[in-house]
Amino acid sequence: MKFAVIVFPGSNCDDDMYYAIEETLGEEVEKVWYTETDISDYDAVLLPGGFSYGDYLRSGAIARFAPVMESVIDQAQRGKPVLGICNGFQVLLEARLLPGAMQFNKNLKFICRPTPLTVANADTMFTTEYEQGSTVTIPVAHGEGNYYCDDDTLEVLKQNDRIVFTYQDDINGSAAGIAGITNEKGNILGMMPHPERAVSDLLGSTDGRRLFQSMLKNWRETHVASS
Amino acid sequence: MFKVHVYVTLKEGVLDPQGSAVTDSLHAMNYTEVNSVRIGKYLELEVENTDNLEKRIEEMCEKLLSNPVIEDYTYTIGEAVSS
Repeated sequence: MKFAVIVFPGSNCDDDMYYAIEETLGEEVEKVWYTETDISDYDAVLLPGGFSYGDYLRSGAIARFAPVMESVIDQAQRGKPVLGICNGFQVLLEARLLPGAMQFNKNLKFICRPTPLTVANADTMFTTEYEQGSTVTIPVAHGEGNYYCDDDTLEVLKQNDRIVFTYQDDINGSAAGIAGITNEKGNILGMMPHPERAVSDLLGSTDGRRLFQSMLKNWRETHVASS
Repeated sequence: MFKVHVYVTLKEGVLDPQGSAVTDSLHAMNYTEVNSVRIGKYLELEVENTDNLEKRIEEMCEKLLSNPVIEDYTYTIGEAVSS
């Protein structure tokens, strides 16, 4: 399985994401600069955290129009796995690949700490290696992770099991405690916590590993088994 | 060339953590008559006179300058400026 880590000016978790794939999965992974226009060769797209374009205007707003995004959107709509973490989630929201928007954390603080999450849906291509309803501890690091969507959208997310991770404590004011959601098809996951920072005991947690392992396992089941 | 003034504000009903903090601060300073503060953005554009000027400005506002999920925008086309 071949992963692309998209690098925007101001991305700063691209190395972490790269090593998470390399060390956790031992699969092929490449960094792809934001000026690329065709990423169809990759099997999965990873949008890392950071401060793309300095978070100017709104987090992710300018990155959303970077040259590479046309191909990211195209691949996402074709059903390829797309994972956006932190700033990557914000980019997916700005690109309207996922519904809603981010606001400043309700206490206006940048929050950076390991955070207990509930796996609210273990039946996505990103979470099958987790147990439904289990607790995982994954670090967050954001100032704008206060997820907002209107009531109708929230109802749709709930009805269709598109809320994948929730915060166990209300750390930032997110609607329904949302930490991560998928699109309707389930091939796009956006989440504020950083699973790529929780892939070894040295980092304090290995709870992020199973997310990447789920991606690989589910990809193999649909691609390798049938070929 | 025109000066275009764009105002981006949070939609009604969307909470504004920054505005709340500023309201609290004003109250602490004894400006208790302030009931609420909502913080928005003001953008000043210098724009060449083109066909469909208004339509193009609205496009810019909807695509990039504001996020229609949480924000509204208004704009005025101001005085002509020499380039």
